[in-house]
Amino acid sequence: MTEQTIVNIGPSHPSTHGVCRVVVTLDGEIVTHAEPIIGHLHRGIEKMAENRTYLQVVPLTDRLDYVGSMYANWAYCRAVERLAGIRVPERAEYIRVIVCELQRIASHMMGIGSTGADTGAFTAFMYAFAQRDHVVELFEALCGARLTYNYVRPGGVSMDLPEGWVEKCRAFTAQHPSAMLELDRLLFGNVIARARLKGVGVLSAEDAVAWGASGPTARGSGVDWDLRRDDPYSVYPRFDFQVPLGENGDSYDRARIRLWECVESCKIIDQALDQLEPGLVKAEGLPRLLAPRPGDAYDHIESARGSLGVYLVSDGTPRPYRMKVRSPAFCNLALLPLLAEGHTLSDLVVILGSLDPVFGEVDR
Amino acid sequence: MNINELREHLCSEYPDLCPLFSVEYGDGVLVVDASRLHDAASDLRDLGFDRLGMVTAVDTGDEFELVYRLQSREMHAGIFVKARVARDIASIASVTDLWPAANWQEREVYDLFGITFEGHPDLRRILLTDDWVGHPLRKDYQDDRIIRRPDYI
Repeated sequence: MTEQTIVNIGPSHPSTHGVCRVVVTLDGEIVTHAEPIIGHLHRGIEKMAENRTYLQVVPLTDRLDYVGSMYANWAYCRAVERLAGIRVPERAEYIRVIVCELQRIASHMMGIGSTGADTGAFTAFMYAFAQRDHVVELFEALCGARLTYNYVRPGGVSMDLPEGWVEKCRAFTAQHPSAMLELDRLLFGNVIARARLKGVGVLSAEDAVAWGASGPTARGSGVDWDLRRDDPYSVYPRFDFQVPLGENGDSYDRARIRLWECVESCKIIDQALDQLEPGLVKAEGLPRLLAPRPGDAYDHIESARGSLGVYLVSDGTPRPYRMKVRSPAFCNLALLPLLAEGHTLSDLVVILGSLDPVFGEVDR
Repeated sequence: MNINELREHLCSEYPDLCPLFSVEYGDGVLVVDASRLHDAASDLRDLGFDRLGMVTAVDTGDEFELVYRLQSREMHAGIFVKARVARDIASIASVTDLWPAANWQEREVYDLFGITFEGHPDLRRILLTDDWVGHPLRKDYQDDRIIRRPDYI
């Protein structure tokens, strides 16, 4: 064995996909240990929530997973609704499903695109971002924001779909699956991308479960677990969709099933648009200041990164006594030392990218 | 095993705690003494709760309430395990030997609440810097930079 070298990547480095520092111990070019140092984006959102009313916390949740704000909005609102016993109108549930599936596409496009950029296929990044931009434009038409939506609110959503939005959404879902097939050939059929992704960072199904991995990270290893199907919430039982699974648990499978999840999301959106009926988009008779009964509530949803849970404790006042966000990106990132060991430094970048962490959610 | 068999099993294993076990929305709540937490967690893992979803704590004033959420893929169920530790002791057994997932989550609780986990292999701060003073999610945490927002009622 040669002398070990310690290399410090980050905290601000393009290949860490955010502000993450990785202290890498190298033996030549081989990683013997990689330790992520997180917390650079820690804003104390859980502490800040204790100082705000229940409604004022919603914009804070936008800043958790900033490429998938709708999920954090929804998970938080479900916990509040459970705590306060609020019934959500059916139309609002459908709209939530539609925007969250669109959000999954937008978030996965970021994930797949950056996998392309990490492996040198920058064209794939541009193709993915063109698709992401369609979704972001739909969201802009919906609520005026492109990144932090503050759209899902306790009791429903902030406003109804604007005129012509359903047609625009259908136009998007009509072209998206074929664009995904093209992207699949372009990126995952590419010989260089395959060589860079196949067999890199193999995660066994047992490890995925033991380490609490969820979402595409766990499903890439063949762990057949999706909360939309296995712990159904909202109106998901009414839709017919598949849960794509990987076989080898390598970076290739993790990245590629994200692509098939986008195709499944399109199916869900189309079914939801077909079933969408006119009606209220927000529960009636909600007080301006929510002060739920003392107690606690937990709810989780399947976000683009995995099981996103929010645990709320109320003491009967209008501010949450405690809010905990169970962040899937945090749990998935803990796998990095396990996955990176024995690979080259350049593969570490690919492995980190395939876990698709968003540091707003990791650090909170 | 389904959720009803699980309830029966837990009621026979933890007779003193049986009234506290309720199944609501498929999620049970099991309140155990802090000294029995590791045993209960190990027991539940053997019963099929193979995933540790969340470890967190709540500052209730005199005590800290630790909250663990376990999940069973087989039963399609989740269960909360809660244990209270006195504020001046603030220590509990680590479950990292049962689920490696607890490693970072317990570090986070240690960082933000100052609760130590006995048997944790690497108990260091995770989100805050190593030289940070105090544990911010404790209710008595003082910092001049915290500005209380006005009351709206």
